[in-house]
Amino acid sequence: MKRFGFHTLIILLTFLMAAPLFADSHESILDKVKKRDKLVCGVHGGLPGFGFTTEDGKWSGFDTDFGRAIAAAVLGDADKVEFVPLDAAERFTALQSGEIDVLIRNTTWTLGRDTELNTDFAPPTFYDGQGFMVPKSLNLKSLEELDGATIGVTAGSTTELNLSDTMRTLGVKYNEVTYGDIDTLYSSYDAGRVDVVTSDKSQLVARRKDLKNPDDHVILDITISKEPLGPLTIHGDNKWNDVVSWVVYATFFAEEHKITQKNVKDYKTENPEIKRFLGESGDIGKKLGLSADWAKQIIMAVGNYGEIFERNLTPIGLPRGVNKPWTEGGLLYSMPFR
Amino acid sequence: MEELTFTPEIKPPSTKKDPKRWLKDNLFSNWYNTLLTLLAIVLLYFLFKGVYTWVFTQAKWEVIPPNLRKLSVGKFPKDQLWRVGQVIYVLAVLMGLSAGIWKGLNQQITSAVACVGAVIALLPIQVNTSLREAAIIATTLIAVSYVLGRDLQNLKRWVIIGWVLMFPWMMFMLHGFGENSISTILWGGLLLTLILAVVGIVACFPIGILLALGRRSQLPAIRWISIAYIEVVRGMPLVTILFMGSLMLPIFMPGDFRPDKVIRAMIVLTLFSAAYMAENVRGGLQAVPRGQYEAAQAVGLAYPQTMTFIVLPQALRSVIPTIVGQFIALFKDTSLVSIIALTEVLGTADEILGDPKWTGYQPELYVFIAVIYFIFTFAMSHVSQIVEAELGVGKH
Repeated sequence: MKRFGFHTLIILLTFLMAAPLFADSHESILDKVKKRDKLVCGVHGGLPGFGFTTEDGKWSGFDTDFGRAIAAAVLGDADKVEFVPLDAAERFTALQSGEIDVLIRNTTWTLGRDTELNTDFAPPTFYDGQGFMVPKSLNLKSLEELDGATIGVTAGSTTELNLSDTMRTLGVKYNEVTYGDIDTLYSSYDAGRVDVVTSDKSQLVARRKDLKNPDDHVILDITISKEPLGPLTIHGDNKWNDVVSWVVYATFFAEEHKITQKNVKDYKTENPEIKRFLGESGDIGKKLGLSADWAKQIIMAVGNYGEIFERNLTPIGLPRGVNKPWTEGGLLYSMPFR
Repeated sequence: MEELTFTPEIKPPSTKKDPKRWLKDNLFSNWYNTLLTLLAIVLLYFLFKGVYTWVFTQAKWEVIPPNLRKLSVGKFPKDQLWRVGQVIYVLAVLMGLSAGIWKGLNQQITSAVACVGAVIALLPIQVNTSLREAAIIATTLIAVSYVLGRDLQNLKRWVIIGWVLMFPWMMFMLHGFGENSISTILWGGLLLTLILAVVGIVACFPIGILLALGRRSQLPAIRWISIAYIEVVRGMPLVTILFMGSLMLPIFMPGDFRPDKVIRAMIVLTLFSAAYMAENVRGGLQAVPRGQYEAAQAVGLAYPQTMTFIVLPQALRSVIPTIVGQFIALFKDTSLVSIIALTEVLGTADEILGDPKWTGYQPELYVFIAVIYFIFTFAMSHVSQIVEAELGVGKH
């Protein structure tokens, strides 16, 4: 009897181990999305300006607008997207396990993530950088003056590493307080439990207005890291990564050429590149595996990059900064549409 | 004949104390008790003052009314809310009928639910009209079906069938089918919390009993599997198992086969609490004296009969407090599903805080949610006390 139980266990375990062998499918996510007639996009469930839901349950935000743009390009309908709110810890696993098709969740493009996490990045949609917010009364100008200060950061992000790297280089000693949760970090700062708070500048700006006296705090004119935030797809699905990348480029391109949500429908032009872009000539849509008017669908649904930015990020007080077209001295540079 | 001498009658000392006497005995009996009392009064004063000023002057409660719908049903589409309404109404009728037919405990639970409904219906704040409407209809339905149920004793069987069919019907109703089906990713708020908790509680109970019996089984295969299951599950945090169920499972599953995320969470919660339930029940089984088993065998009862009619009723009765503790823990554990992107009531709060309009409102929202949790858990423990009193636990 005893032996029987053990054998059953072994047999059961063998079956469990063999399960992955039955898994197959080298089908591109692009085809899966088309078949499903719905895009599944991982986002931040509650990040002001980037991804959140309004009272009546509608998704809104900068990141979610790019999700809608992809849905518009692939399926011709920006509403055919299901947003899955994800935690920082589970976002990559969700992508790897195929739970989501694309991850657009304020994720910094780093070498480690590109190589080790089995993911591919699409062009950054937002160039951020880590900065510092301090009370105005301290009258700080440089990081060297932070010697002995207590600095608050969120745990498990690149922020912590950037801070210690920078401070070690400068030889500045400081006390670090890590918080698991953004809300606690800022309420602790507001209560004076930490002297300085460091995070991506976009977050500092967005959070400053919720402090008790926003005008008493300044964001130092120092950027200690590069934080290019962009969409991610699973490693190896080049066809799908191409689609996501060119959706992002399409929003850049439209802003460069002043194609807006309003004028895209009857945009008249003789410029051959714009004609190709709008699907009036050439076959760039077919090359990507999309319809001819894919780019037009994007702009009709969410507008160009500038419009997306102004709709979502300008209201929370974010300046455009380097997130301007390269023609205006920014970093947004669309690859040629030909 | 001897003369009997009577001692004068002395009245027993009065057990009733006047307030003054009570104060002196309990609070000011000597100098250090007096000091402690005064200190406690000062502390309580400051605590109460702090809470009072925060609740009534500082707290910005305006975040609650516009988000009440989101907190109750999450992102459930507005034009499909009638589905939730249908489920609530049928539930109300079933509860009313059960209360009318069986009286006793059913009556108490039902009247508690009806009270909550009435409170929501009469809430003085600006509530979403559909919520108020639903509360009014549900309360009326409970009252009407209660009155009807008292005269319809022959409906008993149908009501039981109704309760059994309730769960599949609820899932079907909420999810819908075909074109108009509502993805479970849109389920949220209190609706999701309650669904997960109820499913977990109802399903983990029988599984837990089977595992407990399995662990005490004479058959080694069954015993070892039960022990392995219980120990493995108890050895892992719920968060880990939720992660496994939500993110790892799809990696192991072939092709595109994806069990629904909410279903996966239900399974995980059920399996997790079943392991704990098994140990609770085992504790009860051990408390049943050996003589009971032997007596049952002596009158010729088979194993299933011994268990169902003799042992389990006694075993379960003695562990009601721990079982209810387990249920309450499970109810609160449902908040952990927010880490696998299911927005139950606590996850909904975080979602609301992400709206630039509502950042900085976390104290109000979290306090509100704490109150919701308290109402439910308190109701659960109160019901368990009624059950205990009815079964005479601790008395005989």
